[in-house]
Formats: sequence, structure tokens, C-alpha cells
Amino acid sequence: MAAPVSSVGKPSAERPPFNSTSFQKKTRSKLISIPGTRPSVQNGQLLVSTGVTSLDYLLGGGLAVGTVLLIEEDRFDSYSRMILKYFLAEGVVCRHELFVASAQDNPDDILQELPAPILDDVAIHKPVEQPRLSCEPQDNLDAMKIAWRYQNLPKVQSALASSSRFGHYYDVSKTMEPEIRQAAKCHRFYLPEHPTQSSTTHSRMIESYSALLKSLQEVIHREGFDLSTPMSMSRNILRVGLHSLGSALWNDDLSCHDDPMHSHALTTFLYGLRALLRSSLSVAVVTVPSYLIQDRALMGNITRLCDNAIALESFKGSERETNPLYKDYHGLLHVRQVPHLNCLASQLPDHKDLAFKLKRKQFSIERLHLPPDLSETVSRVSRGELAGAAAVVSACGSGTSGNKHLDF
Amino acid sequence: MFTELNSILNATPDSFTQGEFILVSDRQSDASFLIHHFLSFYLRARCKVCFLGLVQSFSHYSAISQRLGVSLTQAREKGQLIFLEGLKESLSILIPQETTTGSQAMDFLRDPTVGLQRLYEFVRSSVSSGGGGEEGMEEWGPPVLLVDDVSVLLSLGVSAGAVLDFSHYCRATVCSQLQGNIVMLVRCHGEEAEDDGSDEGSEWLLKGLTHQCSLTLHVQGLPTGYCRDIHGQVEVCWRRRRGDGQHTQKKLFQYKVHDKGASFFAPGTSSAVL
Repeated sequence: MAAPVSSVGKPSAERPPFNSTSFQKKTRSKLISIPGTRPSVQNGQLLVSTGVTSLDYLLGGGLAVGTVLLIEEDRFDSYSRMILKYFLAEGVVCRHELFVASAQDNPDDILQELPAPILDDVAIHKPVEQPRLSCEPQDNLDAMKIAWRYQNLPKVQSALASSSRFGHYYDVSKTMEPEIRQAAKCHRFYLPEHPTQSSTTHSRMIESYSALLKSLQEVIHREGFDLSTPMSMSRNILRVGLHSLGSALWNDDLSCHDDPMHSHALTTFLYGLRALLRSSLSVAVVTVPSYLIQDRALMGNITRLCDNAIALESFKGSERETNPLYKDYHGLLHVRQVPHLNCLASQLPDHKDLAFKLKRKQFSIERLHLPPDLSETVSRVSRGELAGAAAVVSACGSGTSGNKHLDF
Repeated sequence: MFTELNSILNATPDSFTQGEFILVSDRQSDASFLIHHFLSFYLRARCKVCFLGLVQSFSHYSAISQRLGVSLTQAREKGQLIFLEGLKESLSILIPQETTTGSQAMDFLRDPTVGLQRLYEFVRSSVSSGGGGEEGMEEWGPPVLLVDDVSVLLSLGVSAGAVLDFSHYCRATVCSQLQGNIVMLVRCHGEEAEDDGSDEGSEWLLKGLTHQCSLTLHVQGLPTGYCRDIHGQVEVCWRRRRGDGQHTQKKLFQYKVHDKGASFFAPGTSSAVL
């Protein structure tokens, strides 16, 4: 929960005086509730919505305040940019403040492309399949006599959605009205507008990252998101969107060379970002073009320095675009890391094979599910054609290897 | 404190081997739950604990320790726990300000090639301070150093050789001189057969630390794949140095982490299966 303001409620004995991070156990005293947030049911963390309800469900209900979500970009940066825009649009709708940093496009351009929210309650898309079917009495199904062990397993649920309406839905065919957008306060950081300081860097970070970190800290201090400064008025959340860190436009050669000179610039920056976020009421989404970074160990370091991490792999341009198995989806989504904050266990996703689809009114993330092949002429797709075979759950079992001529 | 782990390691808060260097490592997994176990274990054993929390905030550890039954804020106030909050100290160095406050322990961020001397001096002053003197102070047991985690130092630009030097100095001070214990967490990623070739690989660091330590706990995912009920496997390896020669004893367990602890069981005997 957010740190309680000292004038509100009675000070509880167990609250330490020098605790100034955004992770607090839920205490009994009354806390100011911030619009657009809700406490997590697992550990009392304050959560915000990412703008994509399926992604909220995957991350355990939402994005915890004070954490970083790392999105490994897909090849053409189309869907990762879309998720970034959803995140910022959600901030506008919830009246949070925004901080957008980019080296490639002007942040104003990114802000002008935000999708329009569907604010009419009636038109909100109902989740199609509630993941509660297993509790219903199975009176219309015969009790299984042979495969009785499977009786209690839930039916296959594809759509991931939670039943509460914490996030909003957006229509990507329309852009957000300028009146709605201008109501939200946005801070911008556009790298070409910042003159390169010739001062010596104080650490392994390069100038662009140092300038970004400094600018972010100034915004946090000035606008009062810092937890250590007591504020009398209501508090708000700062949503930070950092686009394409690690690309060459940030003067970083991580994506250009196999053995980069500034190999620790991005990781040092992420460490500083984590330090800033843990001590303020803000949440960050960072996109990184991981397909350009050859060093897997470096990518592992970057992932570990962020809290949540997902990777997008779109089918555009690859031979999987025409594969009939993937015709319903636009790409695969891999959950690389889910954090455990203030508790020992993390909320691991149930299934690891997920695919996403960008529909007009929803960005849906579903479990990749292949129905059993019941056609008369059994046509088995060989393993070689399904790249990423480990991701595909075949109903016929995954033990068969190699020989595709073996038909039963 | 996980009771099953205590029985595996044959240690209780009242009696545990001193002078041990315990290395907790993981590969594509998260072994930080073991750090929370050791933190609450040594606090309960009334040892003087120096904790280098480099990756998370103090309230994170405090919230988890409260679930395990130990209060970190009380321990800090009484002087039993000395906590270095790496994130907070690093901000004043990464974003240069006019006044530098706080200890200089994170100075390596300024120039990682210098090494970890300041960090070692911080450790040395915390474990050896408060020997005698004041009457109101309680007597604590042998000092314990906990580091969470060492691999983040590699991400921040420190070379693996400097980290090995740091651990060697800490071992000489804490384990040999003061008969205390050290617990360090190292995180690796990728397959073991990856040959880095360069000096700053985490594999190299893991091998070096494994050579220095007396007990390793290696956490990995299940070799058969991802499972929601069994979070992974722990391989405990004793490398006895004293007495007759050196013989290593290895045991393998599977584990599952709950809200208030973790349960360890022999492979194949998970409650989800039986």
C-alpha cells in the first residue's frame, strides 16, 4: 500500500519511522486511496492496471506500484509500442501523471496516438468464458468412467480475464480525444532535445541514461511522488514509459556490437531506476529491443534487474504468419519473470504457452490451445514445421518424436 | 526459518557449525527464499548479522521476515542487524548531488574498476564493532554476513575477480578470525556448458565461489519442465574441509514455496503427486 500520510489515521506501533519505500504491508490505519489503483489480494501491494486486462491477469492482478515491467520488443516494434500506448492511455483515463521518454519519436507523437477509451459501461466486452466452470455441477455430463482422473480438471479456458473491472478497454481504430488527453499532465523527455553534457560521467552510465535518470528524479521530487516527503493533498501515481532503451539511438552500443564498450550502462541505469521507483509512487514500463542484443547473459542481467518481464514474438514477416495453426493469433507472448514482492511465493502463471491477438477493442492474451485433430485423414504436422515446438501443447501428447509416418 | 531445511542441514538456532561459508546459487530460477530463511535463522540464533541488501528495499525483507516470525526493525534498533540498503545508497552516487550523505559503501558505482574495498571496509566495521563497552548493550553471538546478491555487482560493472577478492577478504575476516558464517547468493542464467571465455562471466564467479565455500545449495528448475506445484529442485552439497581429508556429500530435494515458508521433500514425493 502507499505510505500513509502522517496526519491520517492513528500511527500504528509497527510502522517504522524511517521506512520510505513504496512497499508497505497493509496496516490498519486509514490510507488515502488513489484512483485507478487497488490492493492486491495476495500480499496487499498497491496495483495499477497496465491497460490490457489479460496482461493484468498474467501479472497477478496488475502492475505493482514501484516496479518495472520490461517488454522485449517484437521485431517491428508494433505490439510492444501498442502495449506502451495502452499503458499511457490507462494513465490518462485514471488521471495519473505520465512521463514519456523516447529517443526515436517525439513523445508528443506517441501521446497523440493513444487509443480511445471505451467509456460506455454497456459496451464493455464481457469476458467470454469465466474460469469457474469446474465448480458448476456436472449434471449434464456423464461421470467419466474410464478417464475418471480427468473429471476434476477444468475445461480448457482460452481467454484470460478476471471478472472485476479494474482496467479499461480501448478502441484502437480511434485515437483519444485531445480534451481527454490534455486533462492529464505529461512530462516529456526527448533525447535529441537534451544537449549532451560534456561533464564526466560519474558512473558506468552513459550521458543519455544519466540525463534521463536525473530528469526522472527531478519530476518525482517536484511533483511530490516521493514517499519521504509528506504531502497534505491527495497523492497520485506517476506512470513512466521508456521507449526502446538499449537501442543505438540512446547512444548505447549494446545492440550494435558483440562486445559493447558500454556493456554496463543499461544495467546500471536499470538499477538506478529501480532505486527511484522503490522510493516513490511510480510504475514504469520499459521496452528493449532484445532481438538486437546478442549476448544472452546480458539479457538475463537486464531481465533480473526489472521486476516483471514479458517478451513478444510476432508472426509478422515470418513463415508462421501463414501457418494454419496460428491463424487466430498475431504472435506469441512469453512470460520471462514474475516478481515476488513482500512475500515468499510469486504468482506464477498457470500456463507458459500464451499467444496474443490484437483485436479492435481488446488486446487479448490467450492460452495457445490446439484442439484434437479429429479429421478422417490424419494429417500430422511434423515437429520441424512447428518452430518452438515446446510451446505447442498437443492434445495427443508430446512424447512422440521424429517419425511422422507413424499413424494410428 | 524453514524447519525442514533445518533438519536437512542439521542446524538449529541453538547449535550450528561456525566458520561456515554457505553459497546459495541458482540457475534460471529464484533462490532468494533461501536468503530469507538464513536471515531469520541467524537472527533467531542471536547472532550479529550484517546484511547487504543490494537488490531489494528494506521493507521487502522486513515484510517477509515478519511472516517468518522475526522483526527486522526491532533487530535493527537493538543493534543486532546492520542493514546496507544498496538501492537507497546508490541513488546519491548515480545522480550526483552536492551533498553526499550515507556510507561510502556503494562507492564502486562511481568507478567499478576500483574494486570493492569500501564495501569490505563497511562489512569489517559492522561485524567487529560493539565488542565490549556499553553496559546496556546485549551480547550477540558470532557475526554473520549475508549478501543478496553478488551477481548484481557483476551487472554494475565490477569484475568477477574483484568480487572473488571481496569474498576472500570477507571469509578471512568473518569465518577465520571471528568464527562467524557467511551466506552469499549467486545467480546464473543459461546452460552450464556456456563458455564465456571472458573474465567477467558469472559462471567463472560461481566456480570460484564454489571452491571457496563449505556448503552449497544450488537451486534449479525441474529438468522435466515447468510445474506449478513443484517449484524446482535444490541440491545440497557439503564440502567438508576439516578433519580427515575432504569428502563431499550431495543430496537432492524438490521444493515448493508457500506464503509462510517452503517445504522440501524427496524427489517424487510431492503432495501434489501422492
